[in-house]
Amino acid sequence: MPELAADVGTLASTWGVLPAALVVAAVGVLLGVLVSAADRAVVTGQGVRAGVEPLRSGMQLLLEQRRRTLAPDRLLWRVGGAAVPVVALLSMAVVPLAGRTLWSTSADLVWFNAMEALLWAAVWLMGWGPNAVHSLTGGYRFLAQGLAYELPLMFSLITVGVAAGSLRSTDVVAAQDGLWFVVTMPVAFVVFVGGAAAFAFWGPFAAPTGADIAGGVTSELSGLDRLLLLAGRAVFLGATAAMAAALFLGGDAGPWLPGPVWHLLKTVAVVAGLVWGGRRLPLLRPDRVVELAWVVLVPLTLLQALVVAVLAVSGFYA
Amino acid sequence: MTELSSIEVTALIALGALAVVFGAAVFIVDSMARATFALLASFLAIAGALLVLDLVYLAVVTALMMTIEMAVMAVFMIMFMMNPAGLMPMSMVHNKRGSVLAGATVFAVLVTGIWMVDWPTRRGLVPEDPTRQLGEAIMGSHMLVMLVIGIALFGTILAGTVLATSRGRYDRFGPDLKAPRPDDPVRGGVGR
Repeated sequence: MPELAADVGTLASTWGVLPAALVVAAVGVLLGVLVSAADRAVVTGQGVRAGVEPLRSGMQLLLEQRRRTLAPDRLLWRVGGAAVPVVALLSMAVVPLAGRTLWSTSADLVWFNAMEALLWAAVWLMGWGPNAVHSLTGGYRFLAQGLAYELPLMFSLITVGVAAGSLRSTDVVAAQDGLWFVVTMPVAFVVFVGGAAAFAFWGPFAAPTGADIAGGVTSELSGLDRLLLLAGRAVFLGATAAMAAALFLGGDAGPWLPGPVWHLLKTVAVVAGLVWGGRRLPLLRPDRVVELAWVVLVPLTLLQALVVAVLAVSGFYA
Repeated sequence: MTELSSIEVTALIALGALAVVFGAAVFIVDSMARATFALLASFLAIAGALLVLDLVYLAVVTALMMTIEMAVMAVFMIMFMMNPAGLMPMSMVHNKRGSVLAGATVFAVLVTGIWMVDWPTRRGLVPEDPTRQLGEAIMGSHMLVMLVIGIALFGTILAGTVLATSRGRYDRFGPDLKAPRPDDPVRGGVGR
């Protein structure tokens, strides 16, 4: 195992906790806008106007009246709605920005995974809250889909941890000094990015918000509630793209240009690939995704982990 | 006696109190969904306490596992409720006298134990990477135990599924198990 020193420090220790947290949150929101703009550009074929569109529709949602339903579980509904953007921003805490994370722990990858797992509760609560059948169906669909994507996603994160010999994201970036992890773990990379689309119930995994159930968990949302959910989802997709660039594409490594620019370019590339590919796939049914994930993806990711573990033991990553 | 700063001690007390309050809320609220997520909030407060103690791995694993567990539990609890979909208000307690007695006894025993035990003080320094230390402690000398527990848990899951499913292989592949394709109400995702 390579001995990696965690002496790079954190953003919080350099800039102070509050300024660093604000910067990281702002970067998260910008990444969310980037994802929304890319999504809009791919769907409508617009150019620059696609960049303004998320802001315009966001403002429109802010002014909209809040929708009310009969006998909602208001407490759980609001908790779920607030949780989506909050956990999305919290996941940003362990994404390396300019080579450093907001805070650095010995279990960064598990932290990222845990924030994503909190969506299980948040999205189900969003479905449960309004006391409406389509909304609740969407919540249940998300859990069914969660059973499918969670294990492959965890295995892909474990693979990264095995190769780096550490769960700290800055260590993972440092461990890719010679070779990007995507070269030896392409399956884990694809599963990680696909898992992002799945836990953000976006693209081919958007069944929880499907048109066949009138929008599912979003069906009873309007105004601020809708904005929080959609923005949280976009921020999560952006954060995962930045994380994928750090975990598999060498983070800020690259010639000539400064490190942060490279990381941004790679993040944009991942977002572009995700949106361009995801918008070309049909909507997948959660019950079918489960079998696909368990019969195909779990063995594949396990095999990937085995290959990487053998390479790590033989000193390939040292 | 302790290496924690006063802020950390305050945070621990607050998180501990939150955990107890949410734990009590499980029995006070009148909806299965609220009870489930009050329990999750209690677990998340525990995860927060672990975070304050700088046991990051244990904290995030607690948050991760308990969230998924509670989300799945919500589905089952609501599914198995006596009233349709568990949507109507209902009491979260039954066998009140027995459970109060059992709860109070266990609480008293635990509190007495916590205050009676002569807890050891830390020798040496906090390890650089407690996650690695924890992994070595669990997977090193206790590997056999962990393997047996893992397989036992997996066997339990399989047995539970086999007992719960209403359709066995004879329903799927016919009385002589010779059907080329299983007869399923919903076809799976890999074309079977």
